Amino acid sequence: MRRIRVAAVGAVTLSLVLGAAACGGGGSTDGSGSNEQPKTLTYWASNQGSSLEVDKQVLQPELDKFEKQTGIKVKLEVVPWGDLLNRILTATTSGQGPDVLNIGNTWSASLQASGALLPWDGKNFEKIGGKDRFVESALGSTGVQGQDPAAVPLYSMAYALYYNKKAFADAGVTKPPTTWDEVIATGKQLTKDGKAGLGVEGSNLSNNIHQVFVLGKQHGADFFTADGKADFTSDGAVKAVKQYVDLMADAQIVAKGNAEYSQNQSLSDFAKGKTAMVLWQTASATFAAQGMKEDEWGVVPAPVQSGAPGTGTSTNSMVAGINMAVFKNTKNIDGATKFVNFMTGDEEQKILNKAYGSIPPVKSAQTDPAFNTPGLAVLRDTLAKSASALPQVPEESQFETVVGTAVKELFADAAAGRPVTTESVKAKLEKAQQQMPKK
Amino acid sequence: MTTTAPPRTGKRTVRKNQPGAAPRTRRSGRLRRISLPYLLLLPALVLELLVHLIPMVIGIVVSFKELTQFYLRDWGNAPWSGLDNYALTVDFDAPVGQALLSSFFTTCLFTFFSVGLCWLIGTAAAIFMQETFKGRGILRTIFLVPYALPVYAAVITWAFMFQRDNGLVNHVIHDQLGLTDSPPFWLIGDNAFVTLLVVSVWKGWPFAFLIMMAGLQNIPREIYEAAALDGAGVWQQIRRITLPSLRPVNQVLILVLFLWTFNDFNTPFVLFGKSAPASADLISIHIYQSSFQTWNFGTGSAMSVLLLLFLLVVTGLYLLFTSRGRSATDA
Repeated sequence: MRRIRVAAVGAVTLSLVLGAAACGGGGSTDGSGSNEQPKTLTYWASNQGSSLEVDKQVLQPELDKFEKQTGIKVKLEVVPWGDLLNRILTATTSGQGPDVLNIGNTWSASLQASGALLPWDGKNFEKIGGKDRFVESALGSTGVQGQDPAAVPLYSMAYALYYNKKAFADAGVTKPPTTWDEVIATGKQLTKDGKAGLGVEGSNLSNNIHQVFVLGKQHGADFFTADGKADFTSDGAVKAVKQYVDLMADAQIVAKGNAEYSQNQSLSDFAKGKTAMVLWQTASATFAAQGMKEDEWGVVPAPVQSGAPGTGTSTNSMVAGINMAVFKNTKNIDGATKFVNFMTGDEEQKILNKAYGSIPPVKSAQTDPAFNTPGLAVLRDTLAKSASALPQVPEESQFETVVGTAVKELFADAAAGRPVTTESVKAKLEKAQQQMPKK
Repeated sequence: MTTTAPPRTGKRTVRKNQPGAAPRTRRSGRLRRISLPYLLLLPALVLELLVHLIPMVIGIVVSFKELTQFYLRDWGNAPWSGLDNYALTVDFDAPVGQALLSSFFTTCLFTFFSVGLCWLIGTAAAIFMQETFKGRGILRTIFLVPYALPVYAAVITWAFMFQRDNGLVNHVIHDQLGLTDSPPFWLIGDNAFVTLLVVSVWKGWPFAFLIMMAGLQNIPREIYEAAALDGAGVWQQIRRITLPSLRPVNQVLILVLFLWTFNDFNTPFVLFGKSAPASADLISIHIYQSSFQTWNFGTGSAMSVLLLLFLLVVTGLYLLFTSRGRSATDA
């Protein structure tokens, strides 16, 4: 009898505990932050280095420095790229997020729409030294134009054309290509003996978007109308997508196997000498991690349709990079802005961007000679002259998914030897456009 | 799954020599006895509520809302959209509905083949393992390895093996055996369906094997001996004794395999990433993509609710047809 009573009491207690534990969620939704916990911050850093461990080694000493200066302890979590957006979405819906976080700068407008992030109005920018400390192009990728930015730039990157010096020398190519026609001509010279002229990342949706967006710009297409409606089937957009896929389908300077690449295999191919060129954003750290020496590769601005990159209105890169944002629900709003101020200060900008091989979006930090190496100067100039921000619309995330998938499917067609025609490209983009939410 | 509570006849069972059974506790004692099973079930019920039922109800509610990135933060107050999400989902002339329908058929086809093969291989292996022979224990252990491995690790290994340029599969069939003119793609395009099937069967058949082995243990050997005396061969024994005796086990096994396979998310997600090729676009991935990749949680929830209804109907019909001629108590 007693045993039964104990069991019953135990069962009830357990149920109560379970119920209580489940009700522990639910954040405040007033959304201006508070200063309830002024001594701690949680920080989600995006994975920038060659591994999560590398990131911890880069960031921890800086966080310790911040703690020494302010007495605020920052709890660091490095989040892999593949999980970051979903983690942010979950944190947004549950209200249980970090205080400060890194976001891919292309997500700025989408996350801004969710209302999860602290808007950077004039008053908040004051706290980190003012808006004009930042490079214009980087500010262009912090949210919908005309609204207060949802984040501030932290690391900047840009696309460039990386080439294998030895492969070029062996083939007698003396001048790296500057236009797409030259890329194809050079690529054909270099595609032989099981090696390919150019590497692409056909199943990587984001990368597909970055590439066709730039080509779209070069053909005068924007993928979104001025009032923010999806516009994927304009002549320029179709031309752009076809031109990119034709590098494999028509010019055949891209190996068919690239169609299934999505995990940066194109970079390992390049490092191993299997491809002679690759279009990538800020790849030097990855090449080093793959065992390629700095003097084995060269870098020039990414190609344009004709003329030279940076002349006239020719775009040859999207504005790539990482922004830093503060969660509205933070319980340490003052500490969070202090931390952003610290991370975007000149000194930290130099340390962090050097460590990651990126460019500081802060003007005064860019003057450091470390960012004037041949490799980085190209990226810096591209950002200053010829980079455009991806569409700053709340539907940017959907656009990456549906158009990125369309390009992936077209590459699969090309790899399987099926024809890629203007009609087939248009049909895929048509389908992508219909999948976008109706506005 | 029913629990068997002791039959209550309304009369107290009279026990002899019961010291201390004072009449004053009669009523409370009875109450206690009636409520005890419920009390003991309470933790499980609470957990079930928290983990399954409440989220399910929320999902159903969300399917009637316009939950996009604009309302994520305060999703409880997202605007109601009535049946819009459902209308979009079942409009089979529009791309969203078309894609869902083709994903649904792909999933049905995949489930049919996967469950069929898992059952066939599992059953054959279990019958084969009935005989004692040298090394049976080791073989049995080896058979269970796929079931014991962590799914993610196993499937990612398969994904490496199926890579076109550096994968083991093409290395064998193209480089060594020369069966194909050019190395085929396994992770994009039409072959992705085969890839998915291979990995799914590899992962699933050991479970069938395990359950079948357990089922076979319960068939008395005497029946086989008697049949053998009557001149029944091996095939006849399998057809007339083994399979009919395994019917109840099979019913549960096939149902469980069907549900697991139909809803399998891990395998395609790890193999193909966030956008599976059309040939292997299983419904679970499709719903994930509609929700998390295009930030349209309302539509994703509507798809989930329709899937739930479909699975409920199928499961209900299945149980209805298979439990005919059996008493309800051993379901």
